Amino acid sequence: MSHSSPTPNAQHLTPNIEPSERPLRTRRLLMCAPTAYALKYEINPWMSLHNTPDLSLADRQWHELYRVLTQEANAEVTLIPQFPDAPDMVFTANAGLVRGQIAMLAHFRHPERQVEEPHFKAWFEEQGYNVRVPPAGCKFEGEGDALFASDILVAGYLKRSDICAHRWLAQELGIQVLSVELIDDRWYHLDTCFFPLTPDTVAFHPGAFDPYARDVIRSHFQTIEVTFEEALRFACNAVVLGDKVVLPAGCPQLTQALQERGYTVFSVELSEFLKAGGAAKCLALHLPQ
Amino acid sequence: MPSETIYLDGHIIDSLTMSKVLDIILRDGGEYEIHRFDVGRTRTDPSHAEIEVIASDEETLEQILHVVQQHGATRATGEVTVEPAPADGVFPEGFYATTNLETMVRYQNTWLSVDNIEMDCGIVLALKHSRTTAQVVPVHRIRKGDLVVIGDTGVRVTPPERRDPMDPFAFMGSEVSTERPKELVVSAVVEAMQEAHKAGQKILFVGGPAILHTGVGPHLEAVIRAGWIDVLFAGNALATHDIERALFGTSLGVELATGVPMASGHEHHLRAINTIRAAGGIRQAVEQGILKSGIMHACVTCNVPYVLAGSIRDDGPLPDVITDTVKAQDAMREHVRGVRVALMVATTLHSVATGNLLPASVRTLCVDSDADTVIKLMDRGTHQAFGLVTDCEFFLRELAARLPGVKL
Repeated sequence: MSHSSPTPNAQHLTPNIEPSERPLRTRRLLMCAPTAYALKYEINPWMSLHNTPDLSLADRQWHELYRVLTQEANAEVTLIPQFPDAPDMVFTANAGLVRGQIAMLAHFRHPERQVEEPHFKAWFEEQGYNVRVPPAGCKFEGEGDALFASDILVAGYLKRSDICAHRWLAQELGIQVLSVELIDDRWYHLDTCFFPLTPDTVAFHPGAFDPYARDVIRSHFQTIEVTFEEALRFACNAVVLGDKVVLPAGCPQLTQALQERGYTVFSVELSEFLKAGGAAKCLALHLPQ
Repeated sequence: MPSETIYLDGHIIDSLTMSKVLDIILRDGGEYEIHRFDVGRTRTDPSHAEIEVIASDEETLEQILHVVQQHGATRATGEVTVEPAPADGVFPEGFYATTNLETMVRYQNTWLSVDNIEMDCGIVLALKHSRTTAQVVPVHRIRKGDLVVIGDTGVRVTPPERRDPMDPFAFMGSEVSTERPKELVVSAVVEAMQEAHKAGQKILFVGGPAILHTGVGPHLEAVIRAGWIDVLFAGNALATHDIERALFGTSLGVELATGVPMASGHEHHLRAINTIRAAGGIRQAVEQGILKSGIMHACVTCNVPYVLAGSIRDDGPLPDVITDTVKAQDAMREHVRGVRVALMVATTLHSVATGNLLPASVRTLCVDSDADTVIKLMDRGTHQAFGLVTDCEFFLRELAARLPGVKL
């Protein structure tokens, strides 16, 4: 198995998070084991039908991520079975956005992924969530494009989600939504180039955003800027669980920056999922309670 | 200039969406006016802005609106609603009544220009060569099932533009006045007529019988022969007294050369009508060599189409007169297409009838010795008309003298 070991920082066993700051995330996640994962179409620049994933390696990588999340980062992971008609269903972050008992269901831009919608809808309903669907004509790709930093929802648009979905989220959930425009196809979802750490600190790759979005992010948060090279390795596609951050392997600069701030960082090799344009965060959906 | 209002809602200040949208409008060649801006009181309260986007042309406006929508702006104008006509000759309840101003309707995300705009009609959407078109249709031409625009949602009327200072009609303003320097008005009309012909557009003349009674029939005839008039609208009277003059030298029995009423002169116009009825029509009378001069002779020989519309007090009438007013309107409607300049001289009835059919973009001059005629025309909706209160004799003499190539 190809992954680097967890790299706890002995000097900062307790991260320097202010006592008043609650950890952002609950520890409950939704994941989907890759029983039917495959690369069958090209809907982002990472996907190539000539560079398909090694499915057995993908399976091992996913199980290592699952192990790190559950055993090292103490997450409580709930699983949804993968349906054979939905090869990208492993990327559960795009299922919707969950807040309390409300599940804001996704409506995908590409028909290839729209097949996932009924599966996730059924699952949310079975779990007793109050499921809400986006207004007609509004595309919304779930937590892939909408991440909470405390009570503010930062939401990406133009590549996959439409800005009309942001208005819907703000109205339905009674929250403030900061709309940020994504301008580079390689970082087609917000969670590929941005992640919140604390209520007022986020990490992001500026090159993925238009100048207005960069201003919005910098004026609302303290920022850790992720380099172009590490952003290409999906460094921002990280799962934050309190003082623990799980991110894809090969991102030493961000790892160091996080460790300096007192976080425990776990790197997991996710090469076979990067071939489909996804990494750690794409494979997990937060289920805050 | 074309404009449209957009709404922005949400956390548009914190997200800089408002700044972004305004910057896009300017970057893409538009202008804006903020008509309303309500800022949310708390952080979770959304803000609301109403912004008018203005562009130099429809294409630029549409492009800007297309882009700003991707950043959350919604168009204030919805789409038109259509309902099928319940029966032939009947609009559905709540139909949109047209003005004579340039009109667009928004259907399936596209603004369609309404063809052949005319006041007091309805708008019908139809599929023509696999393209949706918006047509002006008068009520009598509606067929059961036609898709008629309902209400004014999705309808955009372009207000009359501020007049171009280079427009020869510009200096006249649009009020009725007896105080204007009349020669200047005639010069402006001559210039407008020249411009129209240069642009391949038509000049319409609408006239009443006073043209004959005041002795300037030959002047109008000469203007027609010089090729300055492309279509003539009149009633039975103008044609009848023109033919009376051609056959008897009188108008209403008065000898035009001397101004003296002739013995049995009051019968002349009846005899003129009878002669033309016997010939089978004006064209036939010209072809048979019976009618040898006059306005109507000029129209026939110069191939200038004319529409003679009847009224209830007509004698005869001449066989060419259309006595079914709805059919007469339709005939006039066909001929106003492509008209750029309309001259309405000494006739209230035909001026109002023509004004009803003209788009507001037609340069319209109404000449009458009675200011009331011009006022009436404007009150009936032909706001673009300029009124010249003067005797038609003066006007036609001046016009004939100033238009190039007119031989008297």
